[in-house]
Amino acid sequence: MIDMGLPFAGVDGALAAAAAWIALGLAAMAAPASLALCRRALYPAGAVVGLALAVVALGSLGAPPSARVLPLGLPELPFHARLDELSAFFLLLLGAVAACVSVYSVGYIRKDDAGAPPGLQCLCYHVFLASMALVLVADDAYFFMVAWETMALSSYFLVTSDHRHAEIRRAGYLYILLAHLGAISILLCFGALQAGSGNYSFEAMRNLQPAAGWASVAFLLALAGFGVKAGIVPLHVWLPEAHPAAPSPVSALMSAVMLKTAVYGLMRVTLDLIGFPLWWWGVIALAVGLASALFGVIFAAVQSDMKRLLAYSSIENIGLIVAGFGLTLLFRGFGMGGLAALALAATLYHCLNHAFFKSLLFLATGSVLHATSERSLGRLGGLIHRMPWVAWCALIGSAAIAGLPPLNGFVSEWLLLQAFLLTPGLPQGYVNMLVPVAAAAVALAAALSGYVMVKFYGVVFLGQPREARLAEAHDAGPWERSSLVALASGCVLLGLAPSAVLAALEPVTLRFTGYTLSALGGGWLFIAPIDPDRASYSALLFAAVAAVLVLAAWLSVRAFYHGRARRAPPWDCGYPWLNARMQDSAEGFGQPVKVVFGPAFRIEGEAPSPRDPRPRYRETAEDRLWYWLYLPVARAVERVTALVSVLQRGRISVYLMYSFATLLALLFFIR
Amino acid sequence: MSASGFIAQLTELLIAVVLAPLLTGWVNQCRAWLQNRSAPGLLQPYRMLAKLFEKEVVLADNASPLFRAAPYLVFGCLALAAAIVPTLGTDLPLNPAADAIALVGLLALARFFIALAGMDIGTAFGSLGARREMMVGFLAEPALLMVLFTASLISHSTSLTTIVETLAHREFVIYPSMAFAGVAFTMVSLAENARIPVDNPATHLELTMIHEAMVLEYSGRHLAMIEWAASLKLFVYSCIGLALFLPFGVAAGGDWLGLVLAAPALVAKLAVGGAALALIEMLSAKMRIFRAPEFLGTAFMLAVLAMLVHVLLEK
Repeated sequence: MIDMGLPFAGVDGALAAAAAWIALGLAAMAAPASLALCRRALYPAGAVVGLALAVVALGSLGAPPSARVLPLGLPELPFHARLDELSAFFLLLLGAVAACVSVYSVGYIRKDDAGAPPGLQCLCYHVFLASMALVLVADDAYFFMVAWETMALSSYFLVTSDHRHAEIRRAGYLYILLAHLGAISILLCFGALQAGSGNYSFEAMRNLQPAAGWASVAFLLALAGFGVKAGIVPLHVWLPEAHPAAPSPVSALMSAVMLKTAVYGLMRVTLDLIGFPLWWWGVIALAVGLASALFGVIFAAVQSDMKRLLAYSSIENIGLIVAGFGLTLLFRGFGMGGLAALALAATLYHCLNHAFFKSLLFLATGSVLHATSERSLGRLGGLIHRMPWVAWCALIGSAAIAGLPPLNGFVSEWLLLQAFLLTPGLPQGYVNMLVPVAAAAVALAAALSGYVMVKFYGVVFLGQPREARLAEAHDAGPWERSSLVALASGCVLLGLAPSAVLAALEPVTLRFTGYTLSALGGGWLFIAPIDPDRASYSALLFAAVAAVLVLAAWLSVRAFYHGRARRAPPWDCGYPWLNARMQDSAEGFGQPVKVVFGPAFRIEGEAPSPRDPRPRYRETAEDRLWYWLYLPVARAVERVTALVSVLQRGRISVYLMYSFATLLALLFFIR
Repeated sequence: MSASGFIAQLTELLIAVVLAPLLTGWVNQCRAWLQNRSAPGLLQPYRMLAKLFEKEVVLADNASPLFRAAPYLVFGCLALAAAIVPTLGTDLPLNPAADAIALVGLLALARFFIALAGMDIGTAFGSLGARREMMVGFLAEPALLMVLFTASLISHSTSLTTIVETLAHREFVIYPSMAFAGVAFTMVSLAENARIPVDNPATHLELTMIHEAMVLEYSGRHLAMIEWAASLKLFVYSCIGLALFLPFGVAAGGDWLGLVLAAPALVAKLAVGGAALALIEMLSAKMRIFRAPEFLGTAFMLAVLAMLVHVLLEK
């Protein structure tokens, strides 16, 4: 697109950024206990690297792919790196979000924060960023797996940085366990893809045409392996545990970027390495995606911890992304390239949007957490008065995530729904009939996310403070503020300039579907996928007219009537003894969802009898999958390991005997 | 963008804003007649608005700027919604900017702000109303979207004017899917406009309030804007209903004569629609709040069925 004429363009730029991040991390080890070094130098420098990476990625979006062989790795097995349009898009997302989160971290990290020393956290943080960049440019299975595992490990250390709490250690354990199960699945997927050639470079896989059976095996393994990382149902259990356990900037990065690397991996394997998706893969991805979307949003509605709520909302958004990807595969499988381009553009757009609004909200919860030391929704409230900057930025993020126009969440949902509406005409009659039902599920998930966001925002920022000490809450500092404002403006800009974003996405859709959105028929003002007669939307015009109408209403009321206003205690139907505990608690606000979607939950609780002098009310809504799937598997594993432990005697002579028996057995076989 | 289109757009907006309270007054009048009461005057809602505008605003001590801005935001959103539904002509300059999905988004935006405003003071009623309103919303919004999608699938477009043109000006066809969609739409609009059997606009009985509980803390000009916006919402839903199910009489393109004739046609259709609404309200009983999800779930299922019927039968 643009030839930057920079010394580090294309893949070199991405590798340089990753190297710079690693160098910054290592620099922190010079003085691991020094908070000032991290705050004054390393995190700001990390933000600059992120920004540079975003610029490089934007420059490479339209450029031809560039590749490089690194002098690293095993002998005869060097690392291959390659930057094409898809990598460039995800690197852009990584760079932009990393820059904002690093700026935020400057203000966020404190002395008393966590068990791990600040330098060590800084190292893990920058290695985490670098490994995500390397995942996105890796061009052979070996390099990919090394980067992927580095990402898993560094994020594990970040999640458990406050390791003094048992539940955080437990969350970290669950995370690393599932991450490795996913990694095994991805490894097997690459094994299926090399099809006996023994060549694990992506170049070779791209040129190889695996048989349809093996390709399907590879797809299913990739869906499982990357699905664990993305958090799709039923592989999501680590996500609502690990996100709240991590420090807020890390939760933001994990949710906004790390989940997207899994989406990237899925796209890389299916659209690029296999190259010829079958239509029923799309049906599977669509079903799994929609199940995750509905599951995520229903569970988000009943959470009472603000970071868990956001984590479940991430499951919902990833579900929508996977559903959009499934639609892409469905269209590709039937050879309908133009529609595949639309679905792919909607999917990628939603990835970008989710990165912005989810990191914004996670960072906002970080500020709330620092100001109040409180994560539970039931002890917050009224913070719009004490923390106006955070509150107004979070309002933009909440409205965006609820898919309200004219913000960014609406645009990607609009595109996705358009893609669904165009499906009639698929050659497969049964699928043709199912897709409208899928559109209904998307609409339901979108409407429920509005419910969730009203709950989140209303309980945290509006109403009366539920605890007395919230009156001492302070607004975020200048570093945190500027990061929040940057992310909020990102949400607004991505919403108001959809045609620019779609134009930037064109090289990606062109490469992987062979089509662009002819779309841009509408010019810079309108977006019109497929045909302006079918549907068009202009965020700018829409927002401008809405703003004019609101202003006109306000000005005319001001002009014609007196502006008298008096402050008084709240009325509340004349009830004078109002207190903060009479507001809806988080559980109370989630109650309708609990009733409507009752069978989805495993509800346990006790209600006090009316005569109880000290009434206690308790109710928990848990994930049924935990009891149906995970605990039985865990019990089975425990039983097997108990059998194995019979061999473990703890006496050296017994072990020597085992060695002897093994040798004998080997001799018998090999001879 | 033609001059007639621009004028039609402005007229539509003005008619909506000016006539919306009249529609509310008409429905109240019909209801009173059906209940064998002597009816308030047709202009009663205007008198109400004038009175409220004159009154002083009493703000709760802890009201945030969001609380004060919400009435105007909600009013602006609903006025824009009224402008993009084609009621008079189909040559509207705003049409390419916002389609059926954007219309649903706009209604959701208004609901988002009013629910937040309800939670802002932190009273028991406010958050109760906000919670119930959002519960109605999360079931009604996808149902409305599915109704609009059924019409979009018939006309191969989500643009509202194309939908109206297809349904009104091309050859006359009976679509069985639109029958399902019609029932679903009626149920959704009853719920969304806080009407019996889901909510009752005339009571302040705690156990059953939805909309009124949410706006309990508003007074003076803020309450006037909220009431006006509520009338506009009823007007918008009526117009969506007319556009989808009775689109006859809407001028095609920039036809001047058609535009002039469309206005009385609209008033006549609204009068019939308002009377029908009053009749439905009279014939049904208010149901318990926990029955509302069933009611709306039925509407959602009917709307999805409408889409399936279209895909299966009307290819």
